Amino acid sequence: MREISLNILDIAQNSITANATEIRIDVRVDTKSNRLKVSVADNGCGMSEEFLRRVTDPFTTTRTTRKVGLGIPLFKDSAESTGGSFEIKSKQGEGTTTTAVYVLDSIDRMPLGNLQDTIALLIMAKESIRYIFTYSVDGDEFVFDTDEVKNILGDVPLSSTEVIAFLKEYIENGIKNSNGGKQIL
Amino acid sequence: MKSLQELNAIRERMQNQSKDRKVADAQSIRIVVGMATCGIAAGARPVMNAFVEEVAKRNLQNVVVSQTGCIGMCKLEPIVEVFVPGQEKVTYCYMTPEKAVKVVVDHIVNNKPVTEYIVK
Repeated sequence: MREISLNILDIAQNSITANATEIRIDVRVDTKSNRLKVSVADNGCGMSEEFLRRVTDPFTTTRTTRKVGLGIPLFKDSAESTGGSFEIKSKQGEGTTTTAVYVLDSIDRMPLGNLQDTIALLIMAKESIRYIFTYSVDGDEFVFDTDEVKNILGDVPLSSTEVIAFLKEYIENGIKNSNGGKQIL
Repeated sequence: MKSLQELNAIRERMQNQSKDRKVADAQSIRIVVGMATCGIAAGARPVMNAFVEEVAKRNLQNVVVSQTGCIGMCKLEPIVEVFVPGQEKVTYCYMTPEKAVKVVVDHIVNNKPVTEYIVK
């Protein structure tokens, strides 16, 4: 993976598979403590304690076709290689929250990358899910909630090309403007 | 600063068009992009975007672009499968956004699969 946004896309796909109806994606930058915190929280089926214990092992997967699952290990490694940390909390029937903390100015921290493309692809993957995306730099927040969009659109589908193109621009704009124009890459 | 209220205009425009828009059915051509960890790491996201944009640009109403998990040949990713009703499935490998445009033009529009991109 070359961008943190690609890790987010990958991890959020797990939430879709877990039958989540709501997925919260948080990207929070704190320049004082020099940390970048990324979390993906869902209300999907969750994992058993036993599965949770071995989920960061690359040889653990829910797939039946193959024995490897690299999504979570890659996400974990990307955070830990910067001197940061990684955590998954999960409860069966309640959901899963995956959190990666990066050292912001570490040379090994991947760029955030194209977050708007990630959100757009997730909407296209399953538009019935409520996605809530928060991007914050030192407490200055930009929040994007697909429920707000659905309220405006009525029966026009969220995944129609014209809507997606607008939403990408809207999110990109929100990210750019959220830190007084000083974008964190 | 952009406002979500701009969506109102899009909604009105689309509601007027929607009468003659077709929905996906058995006659639709399906383009399926592998979007598991392997696909994403190999660059599936820009490939997916390229397909969506090219299909929209050409206003191809009978084409559906969708995502799937790991197709099983991770080293050939990004992999894209094209299903044309009544024809055999075509699997493309090592895809790029540029190749995606060619697949739409040659395969989808002109019904000539791009043989040099096909898995052999």
